[in-house]
Amino acid sequence: MRPRTSVLAGAVTLVLAGCGTPGGEAVGGGVTGTVTVFAAASLAATFDRIGRDFEAAHPGSTVVFNFAGSSALATQLTAGAPADVFASAAPQHLTAVTTADGTDGTPAVFVRNQLVIAVAAGNPEGVRSLSDLTRPGLKVALCAEQVPCGSAARRALDTAGVALTPVTLEADVRGALAKVRLGEVDAALVYRTDTRAAAPEVAAVEFPESDQAVNDYPIAVLADAPNPTAAHAFVAHVRSAQSQAVLTEAGFQAP
Amino acid sequence: MTLTEHPVRRPTGFRRLRGARRRGGGVPVALLLPALLGLAFLTLPLIGLLARTPWSTLPQRLAEPGVLAALRLSLLTATLATLLCLLLGVPLAWLLARVEFPGRRLVRALVTVPLVLPPVVGGVALLLVFGRRGLIGGWLDQTFGFTLPFTTTGVVFAEAFVAMPFLVLAVEGALRGADRRYEEAAATLGAGRWVTFTHVTVPLVGPGLAAGAVLCWARALGEFGATITFAGNYPGRTQTMPLAVYLALETDVEAAIVLSLILLVVSVVILAGLRDRWISTP
Repeated sequence: MRPRTSVLAGAVTLVLAGCGTPGGEAVGGGVTGTVTVFAAASLAATFDRIGRDFEAAHPGSTVVFNFAGSSALATQLTAGAPADVFASAAPQHLTAVTTADGTDGTPAVFVRNQLVIAVAAGNPEGVRSLSDLTRPGLKVALCAEQVPCGSAARRALDTAGVALTPVTLEADVRGALAKVRLGEVDAALVYRTDTRAAAPEVAAVEFPESDQAVNDYPIAVLADAPNPTAAHAFVAHVRSAQSQAVLTEAGFQAP
Repeated sequence: MTLTEHPVRRPTGFRRLRGARRRGGGVPVALLLPALLGLAFLTLPLIGLLARTPWSTLPQRLAEPGVLAALRLSLLTATLATLLCLLLGVPLAWLLARVEFPGRRLVRALVTVPLVLPPVVGGVALLLVFGRRGLIGGWLDQTFGFTLPFTTTGVVFAEAFVAMPFLVLAVEGALRGADRRYEEAAATLGAGRWVTFTHVTVPLVGPGLAAGAVLCWARALGEFGATITFAGNYPGRTQTMPLAVYLALETDVEAAIVLSLILLVVSVVILAGLRDRWISTP
Protein backbone atom coordinates (compact mmCIF):
# COMPACT_ATOMS: atom_id res chain seq x y z
CA MET A 1 0.00 0.00 0.00
CA ARG A 2 1.16 3.49 -0.74
CA PRO A 3 -0.98 5.99 1.12
CA ARG A 4 -0.20 9.45 -0.13
CA THR A 5 -1.70 11.37 2.77
CA SER A 6 -1.15 11.13 6.52
CA VAL A 7 -2.82 8.45 8.59
CA LEU A 8 -5.05 11.08 10.19
CA ALA A 9 -6.25 12.42 6.85
CA GLY A 10 -6.89 8.86 5.74
CA ALA A 11 -8.98 8.21 8.84
CA VAL A 12 -10.99 11.38 8.26
CA THR A 13 -11.70 10.50 4.65
CA LEU A 14 -12.67 6.99 5.69
CA VAL A 15 -15.23 8.46 8.07
CA LEU A 16 -16.47 10.76 5.30
CA ALA A 17 -16.74 7.79 2.98
CA GLY A 18 -18.89 6.07 5.59
CA CYS A 19 -21.26 9.06 5.63
CA GLY A 20 -21.49 9.33 1.85
CA THR A 21 -24.45 7.89 0.01
CA PRO A 22 -23.76 4.51 -1.54
CA GLY A 23 -24.71 4.09 -5.14
CA GLY A 24 -23.49 3.35 -8.62
CA GLU A 25 -23.10 6.94 -9.83
CA ALA A 26 -20.16 7.00 -12.25
CA VAL A 27 -18.96 10.61 -12.48
CA GLY A 28 -19.80 13.94 -10.99
CA GLY A 29 -20.56 14.93 -7.42
CA GLY A 30 -20.50 12.71 -4.34
CA VAL A 31 -17.07 11.28 -5.13
CA THR A 32 -15.27 11.40 -1.80
CA GLY A 33 -13.32 9.13 0.48
CA THR A 34 -10.64 6.59 -0.22
CA VAL A 35 -10.45 4.49 -3.39
CA THR A 36 -8.23 1.46 -2.94
CA VAL A 37 -6.75 0.39 -6.26
CA PHE A 38 -4.90 -2.90 -6.77
CA ALA A 39 -2.84 -2.47 -9.94
CA ALA A 40 -0.25 -4.44 -11.90
CA ALA A 41 3.35 -3.46 -11.19
CA SER A 42 3.82 -2.30 -14.79
CA LEU A 43 1.23 0.42 -14.14
CA ALA A 44 3.02 1.93 -11.12
CA ALA A 45 4.47 5.03 -12.79
CA THR A 46 1.43 5.93 -14.89
CA PHE A 47 -1.16 5.18 -12.22
CA ASP A 48 0.65 7.34 -9.68
CA ARG A 49 0.15 10.28 -12.03
CA ILE A 50 -3.42 9.28 -12.95
CA GLY A 51 -4.23 9.00 -9.24
CA ARG A 52 -2.95 12.51 -8.56
CA ASP A 53 -5.06 13.85 -11.44
CA PHE A 54 -8.10 12.07 -10.00
CA GLU A 55 -7.57 13.56 -6.55
CA ALA A 56 -7.24 17.01 -8.11
CA ALA A 57 -10.49 16.53 -10.06
CA HIS A 58 -12.36 15.22 -7.01
CA PRO A 59 -11.42 17.18 -3.89
CA GLY A 60 -11.96 15.12 -0.76
CA SER A 61 -10.98 11.89 -2.46
CA THR A 62 -7.83 9.88 -1.87
CA VAL A 63 -6.43 7.14 -4.07
CA VAL A 64 -4.44 4.41 -2.33
CA PHE A 65 -2.47 2.04 -4.56
CA ASN A 66 -1.19 -1.47 -4.03
CA PHE A 67 1.20 -2.31 -6.86
CA ALA A 68 2.40 -5.91 -7.33
CA GLY A 69 2.45 -8.72 -9.87
CA SER A 70 -1.07 -9.36 -11.17
CA SER A 71 -1.13 -12.94 -9.92
CA ALA A 72 -0.02 -11.89 -6.42
CA LEU A 73 -2.76 -9.25 -6.38
CA ALA A 74 -5.33 -11.82 -7.52
CA THR A 75 -4.22 -14.12 -4.67
CA GLN A 76 -4.56 -11.26 -2.16
CA LEU A 77 -8.01 -10.30 -3.48
CA THR A 78 -9.42 -13.82 -3.45
CA ALA A 79 -8.07 -14.15 0.10
CA GLY A 80 -10.27 -11.20 1.07
CA ALA A 81 -8.06 -8.11 0.79
CA PRO A 82 -10.39 -5.06 0.79
CA ALA A 83 -10.16 -3.14 -2.50
CA ASP A 84 -12.36 -1.09 -4.80
CA VAL A 85 -10.66 -1.48 -8.17
CA PHE A 86 -8.43 -4.12 -9.75
CA ALA A 87 -6.35 -3.27 -12.83
CA SER A 88 -4.62 -6.43 -14.06
CA ALA A 89 -1.86 -6.95 -16.63
CA ALA A 90 -3.65 -10.01 -18.01
CA PRO A 91 -7.33 -10.98 -18.27
CA GLN A 92 -6.91 -14.37 -16.54
CA HIS A 93 -5.91 -12.79 -13.21
CA LEU A 94 -9.01 -10.60 -13.22
CA THR A 95 -11.09 -13.64 -14.16
CA ALA A 96 -9.64 -15.49 -11.16
CA VAL A 97 -10.96 -12.74 -8.89
CA THR A 98 -14.31 -12.25 -10.60
CA THR A 99 -15.18 -15.95 -10.61
CA ALA A 100 -14.52 -15.99 -6.88
CA ASP A 101 -16.08 -12.68 -5.84
CA GLY A 102 -17.77 -11.10 -8.88
CA THR A 103 -17.51 -7.53 -10.15
CA ASP A 104 -19.69 -4.44 -10.05
CA GLY A 105 -20.25 -3.80 -13.76
CA THR A 106 -18.41 -5.34 -16.71
CA PRO A 107 -14.61 -5.44 -16.81
CA ALA A 108 -13.17 -3.33 -19.63
CA VAL A 109 -9.81 -3.44 -21.42
CA PHE A 110 -8.38 0.04 -20.88
CA VAL A 111 -4.92 -0.37 -22.36
CA ARG A 112 -2.65 -2.78 -24.23
CA ASN A 113 1.04 -3.52 -23.96
CA GLN A 114 3.24 -4.95 -26.69
CA LEU A 115 6.52 -6.85 -26.61
CA VAL A 116 9.77 -5.43 -27.95
CA ILE A 117 13.35 -6.73 -27.95
CA ALA A 118 15.27 -4.92 -25.22
CA VAL A 119 18.97 -4.47 -25.97
CA ALA A 120 21.78 -2.42 -24.47
CA ALA A 121 21.92 1.24 -25.52
CA GLY A 122 23.23 1.57 -29.07
CA ASN A 123 22.32 -2.05 -29.87
CA PRO A 124 25.97 -3.28 -29.88
CA GLU A 125 25.03 -6.75 -31.19
CA GLY A 126 23.03 -5.27 -34.08
CA VAL A 127 19.82 -7.15 -33.29
CA ARG A 128 17.16 -6.41 -35.95
CA SER A 129 14.64 -9.25 -35.70
CA LEU A 130 13.52 -12.21 -33.61
CA SER A 131 15.58 -14.62 -35.74
CA ASP A 132 18.74 -12.60 -34.92
CA LEU A 133 18.27 -13.78 -31.32
CA THR A 134 19.17 -17.37 -32.28
CA ARG A 135 22.67 -16.30 -33.30
CA PRO A 136 25.28 -18.49 -31.53
CA GLY A 137 26.87 -16.85 -28.53
CA LEU A 138 24.05 -14.38 -28.08
CA LYS A 139 22.53 -14.60 -24.61
CA VAL A 140 18.79 -14.00 -24.39
CA ALA A 141 16.48 -13.74 -21.36
CA LEU A 142 12.77 -14.48 -21.61
CA CYS A 143 10.05 -14.40 -18.97
CA ALA A 144 8.80 -17.78 -17.75
CA GLU A 145 5.63 -18.89 -19.51
CA GLN A 146 3.70 -18.80 -16.24
CA VAL A 147 3.81 -14.97 -16.26
CA PRO A 148 2.09 -12.77 -18.89
CA CYS A 149 5.26 -11.48 -20.59
CA GLY A 150 6.48 -15.08 -20.96
CA SER A 151 3.28 -16.37 -22.58
CA ALA A 152 3.29 -13.36 -24.91
CA ALA A 153 6.92 -14.10 -25.85
CA ARG A 154 6.00 -17.72 -26.56
CA ARG A 155 3.19 -16.61 -28.90
CA ALA A 156 5.50 -14.21 -30.74
CA LEU A 157 8.27 -16.81 -31.17
CA ASP A 158 5.79 -19.42 -32.37
CA THR A 159 4.32 -16.96 -34.89
CA ALA A 160 7.80 -16.13 -36.19
CA GLY A 161 8.75 -19.82 -36.25
CA VAL A 162 11.87 -19.07 -34.26
CA ALA A 163 13.27 -21.81 -32.00
CA LEU A 164 15.09 -19.88 -29.32
CA THR A 165 16.97 -21.30 -26.33
CA PRO A 166 17.21 -18.59 -23.69
CA VAL A 167 19.78 -18.71 -20.89
CA THR A 168 17.12 -17.90 -18.32
CA LEU A 169 13.35 -17.80 -17.87
CA GLU A 170 12.82 -14.91 -15.51
CA ALA A 171 10.03 -14.78 -12.95
CA ASP A 172 8.96 -11.30 -14.00
CA VAL A 173 9.64 -8.69 -16.63
CA ARG A 174 11.80 -6.65 -14.28
CA GLY A 175 14.19 -9.56 -13.81
CA ALA A 176 14.61 -9.89 -17.58
CA LEU A 177 15.15 -6.16 -17.97
CA ALA A 178 17.66 -6.05 -15.09
CA LYS A 179 19.78 -8.67 -16.85
CA VAL A 180 19.93 -6.49 -19.97
CA ARG A 181 20.81 -3.47 -17.86
CA LEU A 182 23.64 -5.31 -16.10
CA GLY A 183 24.96 -6.65 -19.41
CA GLU A 184 24.47 -10.30 -18.39
CA VAL A 185 22.33 -10.97 -21.46
CA ASP A 186 22.45 -9.36 -24.89
CA ALA A 187 18.70 -9.19 -25.38
CA ALA A 188 15.39 -9.86 -23.66
CA LEU A 189 11.75 -9.83 -24.70
CA VAL A 190 9.97 -7.29 -22.49
CA TYR A 191 7.14 -4.78 -22.80
CA ARG A 192 7.62 -1.56 -24.67
CA THR A 193 6.66 0.38 -21.53
CA ASP A 194 9.55 -1.27 -19.66
CA THR A 195 12.14 -0.21 -22.21
CA ARG A 196 10.64 3.28 -22.26
CA ALA A 197 11.11 3.49 -18.48
CA ALA A 198 14.66 2.08 -18.66
CA ALA A 199 15.84 4.47 -21.41
CA PRO A 200 18.51 5.58 -22.19
CA GLU A 201 20.38 2.56 -20.72
CA VAL A 202 18.16 0.19 -22.68
CA ALA A 203 17.00 0.50 -26.28
CA ALA A 204 13.98 -1.17 -27.89
CA VAL A 205 13.92 -3.08 -31.17
CA GLU A 206 10.39 -3.42 -32.54
CA PHE A 207 9.47 -6.59 -34.44
CA PRO A 208 6.38 -7.36 -36.56
CA GLU A 209 5.41 -10.60 -34.76
CA SER A 210 4.70 -8.60 -31.59
CA ASP A 211 1.20 -8.05 -32.98
CA GLN A 212 0.61 -11.62 -31.83
CA ALA A 213 2.05 -10.84 -28.42
CA VAL A 214 -0.22 -8.08 -27.19
CA ASN A 215 -1.35 -8.13 -23.57
CA ASP A 216 -4.76 -6.72 -22.69
CA TYR A 217 -5.03 -4.86 -19.38
CA PRO A 218 -8.58 -5.10 -17.98
CA ILE A 219 -9.94 -2.97 -15.15
CA ALA A 220 -13.02 -3.59 -12.99
CA VAL A 221 -14.82 -2.38 -9.89
CA LEU A 222 -14.91 -5.25 -7.40
CA ALA A 223 -18.26 -6.58 -6.18
CA ASP A 224 -17.57 -5.89 -2.50
CA ALA A 225 -15.94 -2.49 -3.09
CA PRO A 226 -16.18 -0.42 0.12
CA ASN A 227 -16.54 2.80 -1.93
CA PRO A 228 -18.34 1.94 -5.19
CA THR A 229 -19.19 5.52 -6.18
CA ALA A 230 -15.58 6.65 -6.15
CA ALA A 231 -14.48 3.30 -7.63
CA HIS A 232 -16.66 3.78 -10.73
CA ALA A 233 -15.50 7.38 -11.00
CA PHE A 234 -11.87 6.20 -10.89
CA VAL A 235 -12.41 3.59 -13.63
CA ALA A 236 -14.11 6.24 -15.78
CA HIS A 237 -11.15 8.54 -15.12
CA VAL A 238 -8.64 5.85 -16.20
CA ARG A 239 -10.56 5.41 -19.46
CA SER A 240 -10.81 9.19 -20.08
CA ALA A 241 -8.83 10.89 -22.86
CA GLN A 242 -6.65 12.64 -20.27
CA SER A 243 -5.46 9.38 -18.68
CA GLN A 244 -5.16 7.58 -22.00
CA ALA A 245 -2.71 10.29 -23.06
CA VAL A 246 -0.61 9.58 -19.94
CA LEU A 247 -0.66 5.86 -20.70
CA THR A 248 0.26 6.15 -24.39
CA GLU A 249 3.08 8.52 -23.53
CA ALA A 250 4.52 5.72 -21.37
CA GLY A 251 4.41 3.30 -24.30
CA PHE A 252 1.00 1.68 -23.81
CA GLN A 253 -1.43 1.33 -26.72
CA ALA A 254 -5.08 2.30 -26.71
CA PRO A 255 -7.37 -0.74 -26.70
CA MET B 1 19.37 -26.73 16.87
CA THR B 2 18.38 -30.07 18.20
CA LEU B 3 21.85 -31.37 17.50
CA THR B 4 23.42 -29.17 20.15
CA GLU B 5 20.82 -30.22 22.67
CA HIS B 6 22.20 -33.72 22.60
CA PRO B 7 25.92 -33.39 23.18
CA VAL B 8 27.76 -36.66 22.85
CA ARG B 9 29.71 -36.17 26.07
CA ARG B 10 27.45 -34.90 28.82
CA PRO B 11 28.95 -33.27 31.89
CA THR B 12 28.87 -35.75 34.78
CA GLY B 13 26.50 -33.64 36.87
CA PHE B 14 23.92 -33.35 34.12
CA ARG B 15 21.93 -36.46 34.91
CA ARG B 16 21.73 -35.63 38.60
CA LEU B 17 20.68 -32.06 37.91
CA ARG B 18 17.89 -33.13 35.61
CA GLY B 19 16.60 -35.59 38.20
CA ALA B 20 16.58 -32.87 40.82
CA ARG B 21 14.65 -30.52 38.60
CA ARG B 22 12.06 -33.15 37.90
CA ARG B 23 11.53 -33.72 41.62
CA GLY B 24 11.24 -29.94 42.16
CA GLY B 25 8.00 -29.73 40.19
CA GLY B 26 6.99 -29.03 36.61
CA VAL B 27 8.23 -26.51 34.06
CA PRO B 28 7.60 -22.88 35.12
CA VAL B 29 4.52 -21.44 33.42
CA ALA B 30 6.44 -18.27 32.59
CA LEU B 31 8.63 -20.39 30.32
CA LEU B 32 6.11 -22.96 29.16
CA LEU B 33 3.52 -20.50 27.89
CA PRO B 34 5.77 -18.45 25.59
CA ALA B 35 7.47 -21.68 24.49
CA LEU B 36 4.18 -23.16 23.36
CA LEU B 37 3.17 -19.88 21.72
CA GLY B 38 6.48 -19.84 19.88
CA LEU B 39 5.95 -23.40 18.72
CA ALA B 40 2.44 -22.58 17.52
CA PHE B 41 3.69 -19.50 15.70
CA LEU B 42 6.28 -21.57 13.84
CA THR B 43 4.05 -24.53 13.03
CA LEU B 44 0.68 -22.90 12.25
CA PRO B 45 1.69 -21.76 8.74
CA LEU B 46 2.78 -25.35 8.06
CA ILE B 47 -0.64 -26.58 9.20
CA GLY B 48 -2.17 -23.99 6.86
CA LEU B 49 -0.21 -25.53 3.98
CA LEU B 50 -1.22 -29.06 4.94
CA ALA B 51 -4.88 -28.04 5.11
CA ARG B 52 -4.78 -26.77 1.51
CA THR B 53 -2.79 -29.71 0.12
CA PRO B 54 -4.57 -31.54 -2.72
CA TRP B 55 -3.67 -35.03 -1.50
CA SER B 56 -5.41 -36.86 -4.34
CA THR B 57 -3.20 -35.34 -7.05
CA LEU B 58 0.00 -35.62 -5.00
CA PRO B 59 1.52 -38.72 -6.70
CA GLN B 60 0.66 -37.30 -10.11
CA ARG B 61 2.48 -34.05 -9.32
CA LEU B 62 5.51 -35.93 -8.02
CA ALA B 63 5.75 -37.84 -11.29
CA GLU B 64 6.03 -34.66 -13.36
CA PRO B 65 9.55 -34.64 -14.84
CA GLY B 66 10.29 -31.01 -13.98
CA VAL B 67 9.65 -31.62 -10.29
CA LEU B 68 12.25 -34.36 -9.90
CA ALA B 69 14.80 -32.36 -11.91
CA ALA B 70 14.28 -29.34 -9.64
CA LEU B 71 14.46 -31.50 -6.51
CA ARG B 72 17.65 -33.21 -7.67
CA LEU B 73 19.22 -29.87 -8.54
CA SER B 74 18.21 -28.39 -5.17
CA LEU B 75 19.73 -31.26 -3.19
CA LEU B 76 22.90 -31.26 -5.31
CA THR B 77 23.51 -27.51 -5.16
CA ALA B 78 22.66 -27.19 -1.45
CA THR B 79 25.10 -30.01 -0.64
CA LEU B 80 27.87 -28.56 -2.82
CA ALA B 81 27.25 -25.12 -1.31
CA THR B 82 27.54 -26.62 2.19
CA LEU B 83 30.82 -28.33 1.27
CA LEU B 84 32.14 -25.04 -0.09
CA CYS B 85 31.05 -23.28 3.10
CA LEU B 86 32.77 -25.94 5.25
CA LEU B 87 35.95 -25.65 3.21
CA LEU B 88 36.11 -21.86 3.55
CA GLY B 89 33.90 -21.17 6.56
CA VAL B 90 35.49 -23.42 9.20
CA PRO B 91 38.97 -21.90 8.74
CA LEU B 92 37.37 -18.44 8.81
CA ALA B 93 35.54 -19.28 12.04
CA TRP B 94 38.79 -20.60 13.53
CA LEU B 95 40.60 -17.41 12.54
CA LEU B 96 37.92 -15.28 14.19
CA ALA B 97 37.83 -17.37 17.36
CA ARG B 98 41.52 -18.19 17.88
CA VAL B 99 43.71 -15.52 16.30
CA GLU B 100 44.04 -11.99 17.60
CA PHE B 101 44.43 -9.57 14.73
CA PRO B 102 43.62 -5.89 14.21
CA GLY B 103 40.17 -5.29 12.76
CA ARG B 104 38.82 -8.63 13.97
CA ARG B 105 35.54 -7.08 15.11
CA LEU B 106 35.10 -5.47 11.71
CA VAL B 107 35.74 -8.80 9.96
CA ARG B 108 33.19 -10.47 12.23
CA ALA B 109 30.65 -7.80 11.28
CA LEU B 110 31.46 -8.25 7.58
CA VAL B 111 30.73 -11.97 7.85
CA THR B 112 27.12 -11.13 8.72
CA VAL B 113 26.64 -8.91 5.64
CA PRO B 114 24.86 -11.62 3.60
CA LEU B 115 22.42 -12.08 6.52
CA VAL B 116 21.41 -8.43 6.49
CA LEU B 117 21.45 -7.91 2.73
CA PRO B 118 18.16 -8.74 1.02
CA PRO B 119 19.02 -11.86 -1.04
CA VAL B 120 17.99 -10.20 -4.31
CA VAL B 121 20.50 -7.43 -3.61
CA GLY B 122 23.05 -10.12 -2.77
CA GLY B 123 22.39 -11.60 -6.21
CA VAL B 124 22.95 -8.23 -7.89
CA ALA B 125 26.15 -7.78 -5.86
CA LEU B 126 27.34 -11.20 -7.04
CA LEU B 127 26.60 -10.18 -10.64
CA LEU B 128 28.63 -7.01 -10.19
CA VAL B 129 31.63 -9.14 -9.14
CA PHE B 130 31.23 -12.48 -10.93
CA GLY B 131 28.97 -11.41 -13.81
CA ARG B 132 30.02 -11.09 -17.42
CA ARG B 133 30.82 -7.40 -16.88
CA GLY B 134 31.84 -7.94 -13.25
CA LEU B 135 35.16 -7.18 -11.53
CA ILE B 136 36.33 -10.80 -11.54
CA GLY B 137 33.76 -12.24 -13.95
CA GLY B 138 34.86 -9.96 -16.77
CA TRP B 139 38.42 -11.25 -16.42
CA LEU B 140 37.20 -14.87 -16.24
CA ASP B 141 35.16 -14.36 -19.41
CA GLN B 142 38.01 -12.80 -21.36
CA THR B 143 40.73 -15.18 -20.15
CA PHE B 144 38.91 -18.51 -20.05
CA GLY B 145 35.67 -17.75 -21.91
CA PHE B 146 33.89 -18.91 -18.77
CA THR B 147 30.93 -17.16 -17.14
CA LEU B 148 29.21 -18.04 -13.87
CA PRO B 149 25.69 -16.58 -14.26
CA PHE B 150 23.05 -18.96 -15.65
CA THR B 151 25.12 -22.04 -14.68
CA THR B 152 24.70 -24.64 -11.94
CA THR B 153 28.01 -23.43 -10.48
CA GLY B 154 26.37 -20.01 -10.27
CA VAL B 155 23.56 -21.51 -8.18
CA VAL B 156 26.15 -23.02 -5.80
CA PHE B 157 27.87 -19.62 -5.53
CA ALA B 158 24.62 -17.80 -4.75
CA GLU B 159 23.59 -20.38 -2.15
CA ALA B 160 27.03 -20.46 -0.52
CA PHE B 161 27.10 -16.66 -0.32
CA VAL B 162 23.80 -16.51 1.53
CA ALA B 163 24.34 -19.61 3.72
CA MET B 164 27.99 -19.26 4.81
CA PRO B 165 27.36 -16.80 7.68
CA PHE B 166 25.18 -19.41 9.42
CA LEU B 167 28.07 -21.89 9.40
CA VAL B 168 30.73 -19.36 10.40
CA LEU B 169 28.69 -17.96 13.30
CA ALA B 170 27.75 -21.43 14.61
CA VAL B 171 31.32 -22.78 14.41
CA GLU B 172 32.85 -19.64 15.86
CA GLY B 173 30.43 -19.82 18.80
CA ALA B 174 31.33 -23.48 19.35
CA LEU B 175 35.06 -22.69 19.20
CA ARG B 176 34.71 -19.90 21.76
CA GLY B 177 32.74 -22.16 24.07
CA ALA B 178 35.18 -25.06 23.73
CA ASP B 179 37.67 -25.82 26.51
CA ARG B 180 40.99 -24.50 25.23
CA ARG B 181 43.00 -26.60 27.71
CA TYR B 182 42.72 -29.60 25.37
CA GLU B 183 44.38 -27.61 22.61
CA GLU B 184 47.02 -26.36 25.02
CA ALA B 185 47.69 -29.92 26.19
CA ALA B 186 48.10 -31.04 22.59
CA ALA B 187 50.52 -28.18 22.01
CA THR B 188 52.62 -29.08 25.08
CA LEU B 189 52.75 -32.67 23.79
CA GLY B 190 54.38 -31.32 20.62
CA ALA B 191 51.45 -31.04 18.22
CA GLY B 192 51.64 -28.14 15.76
CA ARG B 193 48.72 -25.80 15.17
CA TRP B 194 47.51 -27.74 12.12
CA VAL B 195 47.60 -31.14 13.85
CA THR B 196 45.93 -29.60 16.90
CA PHE B 197 43.24 -28.16 14.68
CA THR B 198 42.48 -31.40 12.83
CA HIS B 199 42.88 -33.83 15.75
CA VAL B 200 41.68 -31.84 18.74
CA THR B 201 39.78 -28.69 17.79
CA VAL B 202 37.51 -30.11 15.09
CA PRO B 203 36.40 -33.19 17.11
CA LEU B 204 35.91 -30.93 20.14
CA VAL B 205 33.46 -28.66 18.30
CA GLY B 206 31.85 -31.54 16.37
CA PRO B 207 28.26 -30.87 17.50
CA GLY B 208 28.58 -27.14 16.81
CA LEU B 209 30.09 -27.88 13.43
CA ALA B 210 27.26 -30.29 12.60
CA ALA B 211 24.65 -27.75 13.71
CA GLY B 212 26.28 -25.07 11.59
CA ALA B 213 26.43 -27.35 8.57
CA VAL B 214 22.76 -28.27 8.96
CA LEU B 215 21.73 -24.60 9.24
CA CYS B 216 23.87 -23.80 6.23
CA TRP B 217 22.41 -26.65 4.17
CA ALA B 218 18.83 -25.75 5.11
CA ARG B 219 19.38 -22.09 4.23
CA ALA B 220 20.97 -23.06 0.90
CA LEU B 221 18.08 -25.42 0.13
CA GLY B 222 15.49 -22.68 0.62
CA GLU B 223 17.49 -19.97 -1.17
CA PHE B 224 15.49 -18.02 -3.73
CA GLY B 225 16.36 -14.35 -4.22
CA ALA B 226 20.11 -14.50 -4.79
CA THR B 227 19.75 -17.62 -6.95
CA ILE B 228 17.18 -16.22 -9.38
CA THR B 229 19.04 -12.92 -9.61
CA PHE B 230 22.53 -14.34 -10.09
CA ALA B 231 21.91 -17.70 -11.77
CA GLY B 232 18.56 -17.06 -13.44
CA ASN B 233 15.93 -19.72 -13.89
CA TYR B 234 16.30 -22.53 -16.41
CA PRO B 235 14.83 -26.02 -15.88
CA GLY B 236 17.44 -28.68 -15.19
CA ARG B 237 20.30 -26.18 -14.97
CA THR B 238 19.45 -23.44 -12.52
CA GLN B 239 15.80 -24.00 -11.58
CA THR B 240 15.88 -25.16 -7.96
CA MET B 241 12.75 -26.08 -5.97
CA PRO B 242 12.15 -22.61 -4.48
CA LEU B 243 12.22 -21.13 -8.01
CA ALA B 244 9.84 -23.81 -9.27
CA VAL B 245 7.54 -23.08 -6.31
CA TYR B 246 7.57 -19.36 -7.00
CA LEU B 247 6.66 -19.84 -10.66
CA ALA B 248 3.99 -22.42 -9.85
CA LEU B 249 2.46 -19.80 -7.56
CA GLU B 250 1.85 -17.61 -10.62
CA THR B 251 -0.63 -20.06 -12.11
CA ASP B 252 -1.53 -22.77 -9.61
CA VAL B 253 -1.39 -22.26 -5.84
CA GLU B 254 -2.02 -25.94 -5.13
CA ALA B 255 0.93 -27.00 -7.29
CA ALA B 256 3.10 -24.56 -5.36
CA ILE B 257 1.93 -26.04 -2.05
CA VAL B 258 2.68 -29.57 -3.23
CA LEU B 259 6.16 -28.59 -4.38
CA SER B 260 6.86 -26.87 -1.05
CA LEU B 261 5.70 -29.94 0.87
CA ILE B 262 7.93 -32.24 -1.20
CA LEU B 263 10.94 -30.04 -0.44
CA LEU B 264 9.99 -29.89 3.21
CA VAL B 265 9.48 -33.65 3.61
CA VAL B 266 12.70 -34.53 1.78
CA SER B 267 14.78 -32.11 3.85
CA VAL B 268 13.24 -33.27 7.14
CA VAL B 269 13.87 -36.93 6.25
CA ILE B 270 17.49 -36.20 5.33
CA LEU B 271 18.15 -34.13 8.46
CA ALA B 272 16.50 -36.71 10.74
CA GLY B 273 18.53 -39.48 9.11
CA LEU B 274 21.78 -37.60 9.55
CA ARG B 275 20.98 -36.74 13.15
CA ASP B 276 20.45 -40.36 14.06
CA ARG B 277 23.79 -41.24 12.53
CA TRP B 278 25.65 -38.50 14.35
CA ILE B 279 24.17 -39.42 17.69
CA SER B 280 24.69 -43.17 17.44
CA THR B 281 28.33 -42.80 16.38
CA PRO B 282 30.10 -40.38 18.68
